[in-house]
Amino acid sequence: MSTSVKMVEAPPSYDGAGFSATSFDKVIGMARANSLWPLPFATSCCGIEFMATMGSHYDFARFGSERPSFSPRQADLLMVMGTIAKKMAPIVKQVYLQMAEPRWVIAMGACASSGGIFDTYSVLQGIDRIIPVDVYIPGCPPRPEQVIDGLMQIQELARNESLRRRNTDEYSLLLNSYGIE
Amino acid sequence: MYALTLSLFHSFTLWKMVTEDLSIDAVGARNTPATPEGPVQYVNELTTLNLGPTHPATHGIFQNILQMDGEKIVSGEQTIGYIHRAFEKISERRPFYQIKTLTDRMNYCSSPINNFGWDMTVEKLLGVEVPKRAQYIRVIMMELARISDHLICNGILGVDAGAFTGFLYLFQQREEIYEIYEEMCGARLTTNMGRVGGMERDLSPEALRKIRKFIKTFPVVMREFEALFNRNRIFMDRVVDVGAISAERALNYGFTGPNLRAAGVDYDVRVMNPYSSYEDFEFDIPVGQSGDTYDRFMVRNEEIWQSLRIVEQALENLPEGPYYADAPEYYLPPKQEVYKNMEALIYHFKIVMGEIDAPVGEVYHAVEGGNGELGFYLISDGGRAPYRLHFRRPCFIYYQAFPEMCKGTTLSDAIVIMSSLNVIAGELDA
Amino acid sequence: MLTNEAVAQDIIQQFGSDVSEFDDPFGLLTLTVSREKLIPLLQYLKDHKTFQISFLTDLTGVHFPDSPGREFCVVYHAHSLINNYRIRLKVFLAENDIHIPTATILYESANWMERETFDFFGILFDGHPKLQRILNMEEMDYFPMRKQYPLEDGTREDKIDALFGR
Repeated sequence: MSTSVKMVEAPPSYDGAGFSATSFDKVIGMARANSLWPLPFATSCCGIEFMATMGSHYDFARFGSERPSFSPRQADLLMVMGTIAKKMAPIVKQVYLQMAEPRWVIAMGACASSGGIFDTYSVLQGIDRIIPVDVYIPGCPPRPEQVIDGLMQIQELARNESLRRRNTDEYSLLLNSYGIE
Repeated sequence: MYALTLSLFHSFTLWKMVTEDLSIDAVGARNTPATPEGPVQYVNELTTLNLGPTHPATHGIFQNILQMDGEKIVSGEQTIGYIHRAFEKISERRPFYQIKTLTDRMNYCSSPINNFGWDMTVEKLLGVEVPKRAQYIRVIMMELARISDHLICNGILGVDAGAFTGFLYLFQQREEIYEIYEEMCGARLTTNMGRVGGMERDLSPEALRKIRKFIKTFPVVMREFEALFNRNRIFMDRVVDVGAISAERALNYGFTGPNLRAAGVDYDVRVMNPYSSYEDFEFDIPVGQSGDTYDRFMVRNEEIWQSLRIVEQALENLPEGPYYADAPEYYLPPKQEVYKNMEALIYHFKIVMGEIDAPVGEVYHAVEGGNGELGFYLISDGGRAPYRLHFRRPCFIYYQAFPEMCKGTTLSDAIVIMSSLNVIAGELDA
Repeated sequence: MLTNEAVAQDIIQQFGSDVSEFDDPFGLLTLTVSREKLIPLLQYLKDHKTFQISFLTDLTGVHFPDSPGREFCVVYHAHSLINNYRIRLKVFLAENDIHIPTATILYESANWMERETFDFFGILFDGHPKLQRILNMEEMDYFPMRKQYPLEDGTREDKIDALFGR
């Protein structure tokens, strides 16, 4: 039995014999952060780098993302990788809408973040024009290390998010600003 | 996009259950409900199935609207253009050397072939003769790119047939190739290591060491991969006689590259119109017989071995000499010269600003890309940017045949056929 | 081994005044053919006993807004795999009569390439089985590769022309 396996640290709590008291926020945040199921929405070059990240060398699965979920219903994290053309935009939005709350979004690469070098008539200039984005990963394409860093940022967000955030007025205002009811 | 076995299996079983229900209904074999007008008459209706654009097994973004009779595909129609990025329009606004950033992103599984193909097109227009050493280095890089391209295709074909292991094995080797790229140019995927007139830098000792190491370690993994797949009963049942296309039809559809060779036509641009000193190397063109998925798989496997052979020969006979052409008006001068030498500074400025004197003319240059004949049709009007640049993208042309190839097969076969065609979205949509 | 002269002579003999502007930039025989004789010429090259130019490599369009009467050009690259011989055919079209017969009756591969050319330039291929936009959205109301249309996305506000030279 190897001892080098690192376990997730339990959140701060009041411990005693036979009990451990902490807030739901922290426990659920910890659970969420370490079991994010990503939906790889790979369109182009960045998808190949994601495959490398998913492969044996960089091993994305170490972060609790063992199962890339290709069904939006069972996914927590939408990873948009690569250029999104205007023709594709409604589909990205549809996929986002199909995901259940809580949901996070990563825009991987320059194209997904801002259109990148493709400032053209056919390319959507950043997916944040249609859906809210939590983490942007720069690079064209980003290295797998950067992708992993982006995922860790999302983990950080998930860990510290209040359980009520998705029910607040601010959140529905944010969604409304993207035309999502 | 890249199916994990589990989810793929899951979706297939679900789909199967649905179709079974439908087919039972369709023939009215069971549970014929009676309405006041009498029993309902069932006609043998087709089911419309929307495959994509975000199906896990459609590599990248393509949509196929299939008409299904039970699990059999009756007809299909593709929609493409989901990542159309207007490469050709951008090329009309960029100086020649800036277009290389586009070619990287065209077939992103084998970027160096695209890059050097573009370099060679411009060299052909400008009339620049590239020294032997640069040509050999290009050959090494292009063949490594071909290996990595075929590794992706065959690895993913395994995944789509339900075998994840091969993919994991091969990706480790792709990382090795990426490291060689990094040694050459610092990037993993957008490998801008060539310049008009030669290479950006010489092969460093470290790069040489990495290539030698790759040549040594890769065959072991490749043999293991082949042992895992080539005569694997389950795999063969999935791919043999699936999606066959005759040589005649393949030619009519404009197939090139491994897919055409699998159908039995030994057309290879490297042999027919040698570029970059390919005539110096000895290698075979593997051909298949029936053009089915298994043949495409085997042709790619064999091409990997042939590419290795070429890399070995190129390394062995690597000529000494300069790695760039003596064409100061097109090739960026070394940085030290720019600081010391007036002329170098002028050339540097002119090249960086894109003010090179390109002659008027039109060129068609083709290279053997990972998927077939990758052509560049360039019209220059003497300006700083091409007047018109058209990419002949092999994927775009042969993907038309997909409905014909999957007609009469089952849905799961269609996935495997698409996978073995190696359609790269970036190249398809440009 | 086919030579450009031999092929050119043969074509001139067969098609006379319908073919013109012979040239061989970088060794590739280039000629202009009238719209009416395009399909017969492709057919002739395909069925020819010795030429056997029976592989359509590429098909694309070019826009020349400054040459009135021949604003659009459709370029065909054909290849004889037997003889390893390539040929380039051009057809010039006027903007107000932008029709050309389809090559899909000879080559299946022309299907999407013609659709792409239609999508980019609005060139109408008569007899095409399904002449619709292929890469761009159906709703698009212009032909983006024509020279007068801008490359850039019109909705960017953060890029100033002075700095980005758009």
